[in-house]
Amino acid sequence: MEKNIINNNNNKNNNKSKIKLKNKIIKNEIKMPEILSSCRDGFGEGILEIAKKNKNVVALTADLKPSLKLTKFEKELPNQFFDLGISEQNMMSAAAGMCINNKIPFVTSFAVFNPGRNWDQLRVSVCYSNSNVKIIGSHAGLTTGEDGATHQALEDIAITRVLPNITVIVPCDKEETKKATIAAAKYKGPVYIRFSREKSLEITNKKTKFEIGKANTIKTGKDITIIATGITVQFALEAEKILKKQNISTNIINLHTIKPLDKNTILKYAKKTNCILTIEEHQKIGGMGSAIAEFLIETYPIPIEIIGVEDTFGESGKGYELLEKYKISTKEIIKRSKILIKRKENYLKNKK
Amino acid sequence: MNEFEIKNLKLKANQIRAEIIEMITSANSGHPAGALGITDFFTVLYSIILKHNPKNPKDKNRDYVIISNGHIAPVLYSILANENYFSKSKLKTFRLLNSKLQGHPHQNSLPGIENTSGPLGQGISQAVGLAVSLKRDQKTNKVFCFTGDGELQEGQCWEAFIFAAKENLNNLIIIVDRNNIQIDGKSDRIIKLNSFSKKFSSFGFLVIEIEGNDIKQIEIALKKSIDKKTNKENKPIVIIAKTIAGKGISFMENNYIWHGKVPNKKEKELALLELEKEKEKIMWDN
Repeated sequence: MEKNIINNNNNKNNNKSKIKLKNKIIKNEIKMPEILSSCRDGFGEGILEIAKKNKNVVALTADLKPSLKLTKFEKELPNQFFDLGISEQNMMSAAAGMCINNKIPFVTSFAVFNPGRNWDQLRVSVCYSNSNVKIIGSHAGLTTGEDGATHQALEDIAITRVLPNITVIVPCDKEETKKATIAAAKYKGPVYIRFSREKSLEITNKKTKFEIGKANTIKTGKDITIIATGITVQFALEAEKILKKQNISTNIINLHTIKPLDKNTILKYAKKTNCILTIEEHQKIGGMGSAIAEFLIETYPIPIEIIGVEDTFGESGKGYELLEKYKISTKEIIKRSKILIKRKENYLKNKK
Repeated sequence: MNEFEIKNLKLKANQIRAEIIEMITSANSGHPAGALGITDFFTVLYSIILKHNPKNPKDKNRDYVIISNGHIAPVLYSILANENYFSKSKLKTFRLLNSKLQGHPHQNSLPGIENTSGPLGQGISQAVGLAVSLKRDQKTNKVFCFTGDGELQEGQCWEAFIFAAKENLNNLIIIVDRNNIQIDGKSDRIIKLNSFSKKFSSFGFLVIEIEGNDIKQIEIALKKSIDKKTNKENKPIVIIAKTIAGKGISFMENNYIWHGKVPNKKEKELALLELEKEKEKIMWDN
């Protein structure tokens, strides 16, 4: 209970200050339409929509109903809602048990607890059995903000994608989260969906195509390829405009599915630009950039720059302030793009 | 249950014990003591209580058996083979390469294996999740879940129990194999859990305590556990079955070193000989 109240208050304060901060970031660069959206709202809407159509879809919470936007769900579909109390380990295995009775359980909590605290249960009860459980990790990344390092999941992509049978999705905005939620319910097998607490720029709309395992190319260019995921896609878009002014033309890929990796798209753009820059709100170790590097080192080894958290814990602060401090930002993309272009030139020279 | 039926169940349990010894010694790996101790319970449950259909293992009307202490796998595999879920010839592949009979049960690897377990605590939560979803669907299937007394040192078990009580899971029957052994020694010496009965009743369970190697007591307890009249408050049920670890093999009985130790060739012969003698005794006993 206490946990919820604290978070709700934080949200209110945080949204205001964050919007201000957002303007500041963009002010010196390029003005973008300021439509902010929340992945959490997308999840809340998505699960309600699919659960109304399919009575086997059920929602599980461990005392974080409002944070995961499930208040309306409980009200409208009480028979499909379970509050297990503060017991994430029990929640994960219980969901696997529900699958024996053909349920499609969505196990929801903060990413530090789910899949953080209940990883063994995810591994054994869910992934090893290939159970049809959907794991929702909200409040992922540094942008969890004021709660500090204890509540900022920076390892969840690494610890999920290493498990056989699981699909890992990191949507970038509200619409994409909604589509990912509905797609996950229709997909057979374990799916992990991670998103931030913070609002971010709306990137996609109702018409944008979403297919699990199929990357979305947002911009095409010839010099570098930026692959971003989740809340960082907005930074890639901002960076693209700035780089364009400096005569650097950029491909931007929104890699919403980290596992299975869209190898065709990655290889296509690797060959096109001979260099790749990746950005994510996660540890560099084991994250999306790692996944891409693992793939390319065996198929088409080219210079890669990986932007992520550099093997350190976070701290308290406002969400977007923390991203600035830990160099997960538009500014960092610009800086590293220039390094990358030099590396690419050397690479091509040596290749000849 | 008449004397003839009791005799038949005892013979069946004796047969399963011999198969457990054969499986573990042929794999040269596995956990004999727990499996041997809970054999009588499995025999009674599958033979006369459980609603199940080996010809259609996914029968919608079936009761579910969930194993939480996965290391007792040999007793599960043997009973399933005896109930014709799969051929007995598979038993000798236990723990070997390319076998469906994994060291710890793997869900659906063979018909009748309902869940994956091994890392302790998880099966109990799976059973609770299954039971609560059945209840919401207003289905009448029962969920029987096996756990060990050592396993109850895992915190996850108690998370599951408080939730089971909150949801009034009268379709859930937890069977605690109270054999008082674990890898490092006597369970009560490792972590003294004191009265299981008091613990479970304060957690909101209907508690039934029995001698877990007594066929008649097992039958009465199981019938009571599924009888609505004895459970008017719709509580989840726990049967605390006091068993003898390694039951049936004199040198294994109540000795914790046999939790995960494999009998050598001589010990195997001795064990099978004891079971053979016991079989004759059951047959000629009046």
